Amino acid sequence: MSQQQSETVTVWYDEEPFQVPAGRTLLVALEEVGIGFIRSIGCRGGVCGACTILYRISSEHELRVGLMCQEQVEEGMRVMPLPYFPQKKARHDLEVDVDESPDYRIRRLYPEVSRCIMCGECTRLCPMEIDVMSYVGMIKSGDLKGAAKESFTCIQCQACALRCPAQISQPNAALISRRLLGRCTIPRAEHLTRTMERMEEPRLQQAFRRVRRMSEDDLRALYQRREREPNEAPPGTWLPENQSLI
Amino acid sequence: MTELNPMELPDSFRDSLRMLERSRRERVAAVRRGESFPLLSLPDRQAWLEEFHPDYRYDQRRRLRIGPSKGEAVPLELAELLESWPRSSTLALLNDDAPQHDIETDVLVIGGGGAGAAAAITAAEAGAHVLIATKLRFGDSNTLMAEGGIQVADQECDSPILHFLDAMGGGHFTNDPELVERLVSDGPEVLRWLEEIGVLFDKYPTGRMMVRHGGGTSRKRLHSAGDVTGLEMMRVIRDQAENDPRISVMNFCAAVELLTDDNGRVSGAVLERLVKKDTVVVRAKAVIVATGGLGRLHLQDFPTSNHYGATADGLVMAYRAGLPLRDLKHSQYHPTGIAFPEQKLGLLITEKFRGLGAQLINRHGDEFVNSLEPRDVTTAAIIRECQEYENGVETPSGGQGIWLDIPMIDLLHGRGTIEREFPGRFTEFLSKGVDLRTMPLLAYPTLHYQNGGVTIHGDGMTDMPGLYAAGEVTGGVHGNNRLMGNALLEILVFGRRAGRSAAEFAKSHGASKGLGLSHLESFMRRLEELNVDRSRTAPVLLPSYGEVKPL
Ligand SMILES: Cc1cc2nc3c(=O)[nH]c(=O)nc-3n(C[C@H](O)[C@H](O)[C@H](O)COP(=O)(O)OP(=O)(O)OC[C@H]3O[C@@H](n4cnc5c(N)ncnc54)[C@H](O)[C@@H]3O)c2cc1C
Ligand code: SF4
Ligand code: SF4
Ligand code: FES
Repeated sequence: MSQQQSETVTVWYDEEPFQVPAGRTLLVALEEVGIGFIRSIGCRGGVCGACTILYRISSEHELRVGLMCQEQVEEGMRVMPLPYFPQKKARHDLEVDVDESPDYRIRRLYPEVSRCIMCGECTRLCPMEIDVMSYVGMIKSGDLKGAAKESFTCIQCQACALRCPAQISQPNAALISRRLLGRCTIPRAEHLTRTMERMEEPRLQQAFRRVRRMSEDDLRALYQRREREPNEAPPGTWLPENQSLI
Repeated sequence: MTELNPMELPDSFRDSLRMLERSRRERVAAVRRGESFPLLSLPDRQAWLEEFHPDYRYDQRRRLRIGPSKGEAVPLELAELLESWPRSSTLALLNDDAPQHDIETDVLVIGGGGAGAAAAITAAEAGAHVLIATKLRFGDSNTLMAEGGIQVADQECDSPILHFLDAMGGGHFTNDPELVERLVSDGPEVLRWLEEIGVLFDKYPTGRMMVRHGGGTSRKRLHSAGDVTGLEMMRVIRDQAENDPRISVMNFCAAVELLTDDNGRVSGAVLERLVKKDTVVVRAKAVIVATGGLGRLHLQDFPTSNHYGATADGLVMAYRAGLPLRDLKHSQYHPTGIAFPEQKLGLLITEKFRGLGAQLINRHGDEFVNSLEPRDVTTAAIIRECQEYENGVETPSGGQGIWLDIPMIDLLHGRGTIEREFPGRFTEFLSKGVDLRTMPLLAYPTLHYQNGGVTIHGDGMTDMPGLYAAGEVTGGVHGNNRLMGNALLEILVFGRRAGRSAAEFAKSHGASKGLGLSHLESFMRRLEELNVDRSRTAPVLLPSYGEVKPL
C-alpha cells in the first residue's frame, strides 16, 4: 500500500467536516467516508456538470469552482454543492423571421448579453477553461461561429451564470447560438439529401429485399466479400467495384 | 529518469516507470525496424478468451429460475436483481385494492437520456402530452458521455444494405434482422433531423459531413461532433424537449414498477422521488421504458465507463411485468479504461492511441501483447497479465493497471503528434497535471455496454399492450456484440419510433381501465417458493458506494 493511502485531509461538505483519504477526487473521497450521493452526481467523468461546486480553501481568499468528480481533495476545502441553479432560459421554436438574422434573433432572446461589463469572472470560474467572456462578446457582436467554437465543450454547469454581475445566462445563450448557427447558417449536407433520394429508388429497395431473403450462409458470404473503403479515400470519391448494393 | 511532471506519483509507480522508460528506447527502435509483438494464433486467441475474458467465466453467470426467460443464462449480479422482491413503495400499494393516481398523462417516458428525449419529442409532435420521469437530472445519462460518433450510411459509396451487413456481421448474425433493417434505413432521416435542430457535426465548408471508419465498418460512416458527440447531441435534444410545452419533466424521480389494468395493458408506473423520499403513482395511456444500461452493476467487480444511474432498473421492471430478455450473456468490455489517474477511473482511452503506436506495457517495462489485437483479445490479455502473472501496477486505491505508453507516439511520429491528434484529451489531462507527452496512463478493461435487453418489435413495441421500450435497455438491434456508433443511432431511431407509436396507441385506445399490480402475483409466488430473502429488493436505483446506503 502506498503512503498516500493512510494520509487524510479535512474537507467541509455542506457545512460538515469530514476526514477523507488524500489523493482522491472529492467525489470518491466523500463516498469512501460514507456519503451516498443522490444529487450532485451524474456522469462521474467531467462532462455533465451535475457535481459542480463552489469552494474555498480555508487559508485562501479565492473562491473557486470545480467538479467533484475531477477535483482532488485538499486540506481545508470548504465545499458548497450546486445541484441546480435558477437560470434564465428563453423559450424558442428555432424559427427565425425572414427579415431577421439568427444573431439578431439571439440578441432578442438574450438582450442582456449587451450588458456584459467584461469583468472576466465567468472566464475565471469556468471549470472547462472556456473563455466565457469572449464568447459572450462574440454573441453580442453577431459572431455566432466564433461563439460556437469557443463554447463547444460547455457542460452547462451554470457556474459562470452564478456570479455574473450582468445576470447573463451565458451557457443558454451559447446553446441557442450554436443551434441557430447549425440550423440557419451552416450549409446542409447535400450528399445526405441525395442519399435520401437514392433510398427511394426501387432498384435499391429491391436489392435490400433480396439481401433480407438470403439464407444465413449466403449473408455470411456476402459479408465476407465486402470491399473496404480505403482510410485515405477523399470524401465522396471512392466507389466499390460491385455497385449492386449501393 | 526523464522529467516526470510534478504531479505527485504514488511510490508504487516510480520503480515501474523507471523500467518502462528504460525499455522505451529499445521498443521504439524495434518498431522502427518494422518489428512488432507477434499476433496470437487463432487457437491461442480462443484459449486466452476462454480463460480470461469476463464473458467466458461460466462461474460468473447462471440460469434464471423465474420469469419469461427462465433457463436463460445471465451474469450473476443481474440474475440476483431479476429474481428479487419489489421495493417497499410497491409492496405498500399491493395492500391497496384500487391504487389512486397522483398524476395523469398521455405518454409516460421513463428515463431522460437520448432515447427518452427523442421518444418524448416525437410523441409530443404527434399530439400527446408527455411526462418524462428521470432518475437524476434530465440528460444525465450514458448518451451525454459518448465521444466517438454515430453511424449513418450517407456517403455515395454507402447504403443501408452495407450498413445492415456490417451491423449483422459485427453482432455475429445474432441480431434481429427486422430491427437492424429499421436501424439502418432510418439513419439518413435521423441525421437530417439532427442537422435541422442544430447539432453541430464536423463538416467541410461545403456542408458535407466528415466521416471516419469505426471497428468493423466497410465504409466510413462515423459522424462526430469534435470529441463530445454525445454531449452535443444530448444538450440539443434536451433543449428541443424543454422548449415543447407538451412535455414536462420530473427530475430525481425514479420508476420502480410498472402498473397494469385488468386487461393486462400497461397503464402507468410507480415512481419514487429520491430527494423528497415519497411515492408518486402515474397513470398513463402508454409507457415508454428508456432507462439505459447496467454498467454500474460492476459485473465481476469491473470498473465501468457508464454514468451513475446505469443500474438495469428497466430490465428489472420489464422482466417482472412479463417481458422476455435477450442477448445478456455477453457484455461489452473496453480494453483500455483508465485505471490512473483515478479521477477518470473506468473512463475510456480511445483506441486511436494504440492505433498511433502506444504499446501496452507491464510493471517490469515489458510488452506482453500486440496492442492491435481485437478488443476482446486485448481485454483478455490485460487481465491475464495482471491476474495470472501479477505483472500489473497497483494503483493508490488498490486497483490494477497496465501502462499505455502514450509518450512513444511522439517518438515514433515526431514531436507535437500527441497534441495535434488528441487536442481535447491533451489539454484535459494537462489541466489535471498529467502531461501525456511524458507520462503514460494506466489502463484496465472497463464494463462499457449492455448488448442485449428487453425484446422489442419494429416500432419499439413490446409484447404487452401499452408498453414500449427503446435504447440500451432493449436487445436485438446489436445481437451479442455492438459496433461502435450504432448505439447513438439506435436510441434516436427507436426512440422516435417508440414515441410515435406510443402517441398513436394513446390516441386510439384512450384511458386505461384501472391501475393494479396483478402482473406481479405469479412472479412473487415463485419468489416465495424459491425462498428468496425478502431483503433482496430491486430495482436498486443507485449504486451503493461507501458504507452508507444512499436510500
Ligand atoms: C463513455 C461512453 C462512450 C460511448 N461512446 C459511444 C459512441 O461513441 N457511439 C455510440 O454509438 N455509442 C456510444 N456509447 C453508448 C451510448 O452512448 C449509449 O448506449 C446510449 O447513449 C444509451 O442511450 P439511452 O437513452 O438508451 O440510455 P441513457 O442515455 O443511459 O439514458 C438512460 C436514462 O434513464 C435514466 N434512468 C435509469 N433508471 C431509471 C429509473 N428507474 N427511473 C427513471 N429514470 C431512470 C437514467 O438516469 C438516464 O437518464 C458510449 C457509452 C459510454 C458510457
Ligand atoms: S461556460 Fe459556464 S456553464 Fe459552460 S462549462 Fe463554463 S462555467 Fe459551466
Ligand atoms: S461575468 Fe457576466 S459581466 Fe462579467 S465578463 Fe462574464 S458575462 Fe460579462
Ligand atoms: S459527475 Fe458529471 S461532471 Fe462530475
